Amino acid sequence: MTRFGVIRFPGSCDEVDALQACERYGDAEILWHRDRDLKGVDAVVVPGGFSYGDYLRPGAIARFSPVMEAVSEFAREGGRVLGICNGFQVLCEAGLLPGALLGNDHLRFRCRQVEIVVENIDTAFTRACAREDTLSIPGKHTTGRYFAPPALLDQLEGNGQVVFRYAPGQNPNGSLNDIAGVANEGGNVVGLMPHPEHAVSPLRSSADGGKLFESVALEPAAA
Amino acid sequence: MRARVLIRPKQGILDPQGQTVERALPALGFDGVSDVRIGRLVELDVPDIAEVEAMCEKLLANPLVEDYEVVAVE
Repeated sequence: MTRFGVIRFPGSCDEVDALQACERYGDAEILWHRDRDLKGVDAVVVPGGFSYGDYLRPGAIARFSPVMEAVSEFAREGGRVLGICNGFQVLCEAGLLPGALLGNDHLRFRCRQVEIVVENIDTAFTRACAREDTLSIPGKHTTGRYFAPPALLDQLEGNGQVVFRYAPGQNPNGSLNDIAGVANEGGNVVGLMPHPEHAVSPLRSSADGGKLFESVALEPAAA
Repeated sequence: MRARVLIRPKQGILDPQGQTVERALPALGFDGVSDVRIGRLVELDVPDIAEVEAMCEKLLANPLVEDYEVVAVE
């Protein structure tokens, strides 16, 4: 059975929902930010929240935590890593994903259901999706405006590293090219601003977010 | 030695904080203000100011989206 590890930093707040989302598709456990040992998990989720109080910049301090050293090594070896919201910011700060997240163009915290279109189904977290699938999941952030310099942006578009795009007219934060989530070149590291872990049951907003976790279970052997 | 680091959003990057302040100034009677940009100021005592640039690259700034300037202060 697939084993997921979900990181808990001081200031994380979505790690329990992430844990429960993972448990629908495998075993899951919390990994503490001081741990250097990933306990042999098959995939790591870096969850949402306000790690280390978002001091300096969101993700800037968390990327230097002991557990992130282990996650970086794991990712470099092809290990599967999903960053959600603050986790996405952490992975960008750590250089595991390209680009940066800036303050929303309207400067407000925005919390609402958004539709995102799956543009690349060949990543570790989108194998369970169909091409051009539209997922309805909640977004809730103040610092979610995706930015990459023009040359990098062209490269990401050309390589298919733009994994999720906000549906037309639904960009909630001014992200360039409506980008909601990106992958590294290998497709084993994926990050997105909206929250799939909050949308894994029809009793909640939707069950669409489950596909990201299901994708990991479809390929149980560690890469 | 006291070092002061000035961190700014890179040229061309949308700065909504700056825009908002720019729009607020005329309401207070300050006309003709343009290109307001808002950054961060970090001051620190360091044994060797030559190390501050490396601190900026690794932590104090995000070089992808921010420019920084290190100044020695008394």
